[in-house]
Amino acid sequence: MSNKVLHILYNDDDILMDAVKKTRAAHHHIEEVFTPFPVHGLDKALGLAPTRLAICAFLYGLVGLSVATAMMYYIMIVDWPQDIGGKPSFTYIQNMPAFVPVMFEMTVFFGAHLMVITFYMRSKLWPFKQAENPDVRTTDDHFLMEVPVHGDEDKLVAFFQETGAVEVKVIEKH
Amino acid sequence: MYTFSSKLKTLAFVLMVVGALGIGYSFFTAPKSAEEVEAIINAEHAHGGHGEAAHEEAHDAVEVHAVHDEHAAHAEAAHEGHDTAAVAETEATADTVTAVAEVATEHASTTGHEESHAEAAVAHEGHDADAHAEHEAHKEHVEHVYHQLQNKPWAAVYVAALFFMLIALGALAFYAIQNAAQAGWSPVLFRVMEGISAYLIPGAIIVLILLVLGVAQVHHLFIWMDPEVVAKDHLIQGKTGFLNGPFFLFRAVVFMGGWILYRQIAVKNSLAQDNATDNSFYKKNFKASAAFLVFFIVTESISSWDWIMSVDPHWYSTLFGWYVFASFFVSGITVIAMVTLYLKSRGYLEYVNTSHIHDLAKFMFGISVFWTYLWFSQFMLMWYADIPEEVVYFKMRIENYNLPFFGMVAMNFVFPVLILVNTDFKRLSWIVVMAGIVILTGHYIDFFNMIMPATVGDQWFIGAGEIGAVLFFLGLFILVIFSALTKAPLLAKRNPLIEESKHFHY
Repeated sequence: MSNKVLHILYNDDDILMDAVKKTRAAHHHIEEVFTPFPVHGLDKALGLAPTRLAICAFLYGLVGLSVATAMMYYIMIVDWPQDIGGKPSFTYIQNMPAFVPVMFEMTVFFGAHLMVITFYMRSKLWPFKQAENPDVRTTDDHFLMEVPVHGDEDKLVAFFQETGAVEVKVIEKH
Repeated sequence: MYTFSSKLKTLAFVLMVVGALGIGYSFFTAPKSAEEVEAIINAEHAHGGHGEAAHEEAHDAVEVHAVHDEHAAHAEAAHEGHDTAAVAETEATADTVTAVAEVATEHASTTGHEESHAEAAVAHEGHDADAHAEHEAHKEHVEHVYHQLQNKPWAAVYVAALFFMLIALGALAFYAIQNAAQAGWSPVLFRVMEGISAYLIPGAIIVLILLVLGVAQVHHLFIWMDPEVVAKDHLIQGKTGFLNGPFFLFRAVVFMGGWILYRQIAVKNSLAQDNATDNSFYKKNFKASAAFLVFFIVTESISSWDWIMSVDPHWYSTLFGWYVFASFFVSGITVIAMVTLYLKSRGYLEYVNTSHIHDLAKFMFGISVFWTYLWFSQFMLMWYADIPEEVVYFKMRIENYNLPFFGMVAMNFVFPVLILVNTDFKRLSWIVVMAGIVILTGHYIDFFNMIMPATVGDQWFIGAGEIGAVLFFLGLFILVIFSALTKAPLLAKRNPLIEESKHFHY
């Protein structure tokens, strides 16, 4: 079992998009695409599943809201219900308007931060992470598509050269 | 070109007729005199077990107690004295029944306890004076309720008239923003917005007539227009430089005139652009829209003080203009979305796709949150500081309008936020229409909450007059905007951004 992959380089995002569509039409599996900037519609062309990050954020927001509510309910109403400047601390609802700014901020805080952390974890990003650039040019002005080699290698190379690639490389991957 | 479907036209006429009947009924059944109100109040009191019944009970309680009480003699004496007083008073005036009943109850409790005769006697002597004061208070109360009930049909018409006019104004403001911002997505919707803004003309005229009737003392929604009230009220006297009939009407005419002027110019230019050879009309509209938005934000703020805040002339709020703006702006956007969906479902808007609806739904969502932000900011600042002169506004609403006051927050905030937060939902027609209906109802209640507490107080009720007025103006609104939509093609042809808008995808 060889671990050969093709690295196909493009220098234009429109050509890349066309190539992706052609590759998908020819039923070649695309392992990865590296681009220097977000290419609009690339995820759709690749047939990637939509992200569920927004759903996570919504749930994290609910967690934040619960934390804020439970915290202030315990501190302000249960633990030590003082009379502070005449504010009614008898029940949570009576003094709720005063708690809303905190409830709001905590919702946003939890929603935003936990979502970002989820994003880092899911995309495996952290400070001392080894960069995974297959080619340094992909961070500047080149687009790279990685396709595993199955079957006839020459035919595959020929196919990708047809798609407007500026460069097609066969790489041994470990 | 759009052709007004005969079904919709019939529906509009039916709504107007039913609405007019409801309005007529509410005017017809409004009390004509204070005596009538008095009869109603007395009937309510008797019904509620006050009056005679309470008197009898008190009587029994005293007698039973007297048998085993060591101060039986005292109690008996006090009781006798009380009876004669009560009878005399009942004969003198029928309307003191309540007062006497209250006295009797008080009396019973006094004698019921093992208290000294002296105390009972003192309490009894006080009764006469109390009864008189209560009699006066009762008379004033009847007068007060009479005014509120008289206001009720007028307030119902005023709220609905104002609400629908402001929807048209909200749509016009949205249109001006889209023009001035050179939005690339919305030009396919311009004709819809122009159609909706057509209601501004009849709507503004109706509101203006209602304001003129107020100044002419035909109705009394604005108490500062009543010279008798002003004569006794130092606070209003200090505001007469701003709150006086002629200046008030002058402002109304200038504001409404300015809005209608922009609307007419913008529509004229927009239509002229269809057949033009260059973009000069587009540029003219751009400039007109920018100028209108400056004029609008100033006049909108002042008009919300005039037409809404001044029903409570003792109260003021600095962000009120913004608050009212957010309320009708979101309603205007919602109506744009709903009319667009209706026309699309009838096959009239070829280039409108789900992305346009998605954008409108995002605006509905965003401005709903913005409205809530302002509502809460206004409420929370006053609640927190609890300064009596400003907090009475909310105290009144929370005590007497609890369900509408908090219910509208659920309808205008919680519901749209939970429904329209989902991207896929914002593309579904039925979700947008359902959210739109809830938002529009919620904002009607918002205006209801702004006007009613000051004009009808705790006598509010959503009955024939209120529903009738909404139906009438809804019918008129449908009739006017869909008639206007038949006047021009539904796609602006030579708008420089129309191609982008046709192919808009999000």
